[in-house]
Amino acid sequence: MPDTLLDVRNLIAYYMTPTAPVRAVDNVSFNVTEKEILGIAGESGCGKSTLAYSILRLLKPPGYIRGGEVLFKGSDLLKIEEEELRRIRWKHISYIPQSSMNALNPVMRIEEQIGDAIINHEKISKGELRKRIEDLLVSVGLSPSVAHMYPHELSGGMRQRVVIAMAMALDPELIIADEPTTALDVVVQRGILQLLRDIRSKLKASVIMITHDMAAQAQIVDRLAIMYAGKIVEIGDANDLFNDPLHPYSRALISAIPSISEKKKLKGVPGFPPDLRSPPPGCRFYPRCPHRIPGKCNVDEPRLIEVKNDRLVACHLYR
Amino acid sequence: MENENLIEVNHLTKVFASRGVMSKGQIKAVDDVSFSMPQEKPTILTLAGESGSGKTTIARLILGFIKPTSGKILYQGRDIWKMTKDEWVRYRKEVQAVFQDPYGAFNPLHKVDRVLTIPIRKFKLANSEEEATDLISEALGVVGLKTDEVLGKYPHQLSGGQRQRIMLARAFLLKPKLIVADEPVSMIDASLRASILNVMLDLKSKFSISFLYITHDLSTARYVSDNIIVMYLGSIMEMGPVDKVLVKPLHPYVKLLIDSVPVPDPERRWKNRIELPRIEITSQSLQTRGCKFYPRCSQRMEKCSKERPDLANVEEDRWVACHLYQ
Repeated sequence: MPDTLLDVRNLIAYYMTPTAPVRAVDNVSFNVTEKEILGIAGESGCGKSTLAYSILRLLKPPGYIRGGEVLFKGSDLLKIEEEELRRIRWKHISYIPQSSMNALNPVMRIEEQIGDAIINHEKISKGELRKRIEDLLVSVGLSPSVAHMYPHELSGGMRQRVVIAMAMALDPELIIADEPTTALDVVVQRGILQLLRDIRSKLKASVIMITHDMAAQAQIVDRLAIMYAGKIVEIGDANDLFNDPLHPYSRALISAIPSISEKKKLKGVPGFPPDLRSPPPGCRFYPRCPHRIPGKCNVDEPRLIEVKNDRLVACHLYR
Repeated sequence: MENENLIEVNHLTKVFASRGVMSKGQIKAVDDVSFSMPQEKPTILTLAGESGSGKTTIARLILGFIKPTSGKILYQGRDIWKMTKDEWVRYRKEVQAVFQDPYGAFNPLHKVDRVLTIPIRKFKLANSEEEATDLISEALGVVGLKTDEVLGKYPHQLSGGQRQRIMLARAFLLKPKLIVADEPVSMIDASLRASILNVMLDLKSKFSISFLYITHDLSTARYVSDNIIVMYLGSIMEMGPVDKVLVKPLHPYVKLLIDSVPVPDPERRWKNRIELPRIEITSQSLQTRGCKFYPRCSQRMEKCSKERPDLANVEEDRWVACHLYQ
């Protein structure tokens, strides 16, 4: 058994609103093992980005963590001192935020931005630092001369590669990437996915990749978790899950992906995701589910349980 | 006249002046583009390409938002910039638009009903309140919405999918011959995307409405369209039936694009690696002569850097701009 690196237990993160809290992440548990790429998929508003912020304790008000544990190599990130947390972020866990290619400082050269992240955590000579920055740029397929450039001189895809280089700068054990390929052209997108796979082999690090893009997930992740309305509804081996999705929502989501290589009639999922201020009782997919069992699914909330090896599903059809 | 095309674009060129601090120059967003859509039979034509390919500029030119630098756009044989006032009003009714952001099209302070009542009033589609109500419920029905689900609500109370369907219902109200749809599903969630694409297919088959579908997403293009044009830096690289172009592409650029589309199946992962450019091809270093794809092409020849390939008819209904096929 590979060692567990991150163990998220019963995590609950809400957003305060004047009426009722938005239950964005509601009792979510999963783990990430060493050198694993875990995908988190789901549609907008399902809570996947909130989950990333919560793990890193970056959730800002009106968001708040209501409960649960985030165990990183055994210590609970939600309980440690801010000072220690800052030491862990970047050095042990780094983060590629959503639309991060627009988050680079426009008036700083690339070398200064990457350099800052390193100097904050390590004592290193100037010469070594320059060498390190150049190596990082080369490892994401960029020319070392990019170090002297400003962000506006780079394309979106190149800036995204700079951000990935920054995330790799301190040799972290875990990288969390939130929609790393959205808004990039398809050829660049492919290059970025390739890089995320390289991270595992080069750094021997684990990656959590959050994206709604199921085809991107299919290309690189080892295991996949599918979220719906603040909950994980299914998690398991990616091959297995794509071949034989068990939860009715996973099935619908996978059968709604158009494919360039074959023309098959696509069926959308009728209805819309619930308002997370007042989610329906029982299973949150109940109102849209083609297999719902009235009197059961809208009363009892199904728990995420193992239904076959390494596959967990939260659905009353499987018990 | 019977042989006129619904839309015909002839040698269309649009040049934008770039007023940078460091450099002054011109950007040819659309560079000598010609294509047509037939009148007799409704079709869905995809205009595909990456950012900077000029696809959205072509949409804005066809909708008359901007004027071409040179070249013409003919609607049923009439140059849209030489139309009489009456012809223009008819054009604005028969050619409708749906955009990427289904939120931006709504005024957040008004109920969504307004989006549907304004065109009815403006184009005098109904003689009475009752008739207007009937038209609206018919249009909502066609796009798969129930009146009580959406009427009387504010835009923020609806999902992106619902809002985009209302925009399609609005276009449908005017009984258009053509809908120019610019990335209509790229902001819509996957589970709802399929139903929007199905509405487009229905509007084509049941109501004979043609679509110019503009997208960067080749998978949805395959699903919804009959024909496809793939553009690169303002020029057409390849054009033909979608089932041929996307299954057996000819142009090296189109091959690269298709090869990069992720297949939603973990058992069919990419086997080979691709290299991204180590440093950017900036607009200054753009090929001014020769093929625009020359700097990135894996099959380039000496000729390609000197002579720009014409868009040539290489098979019955296929056109390719590449020296490999000329």
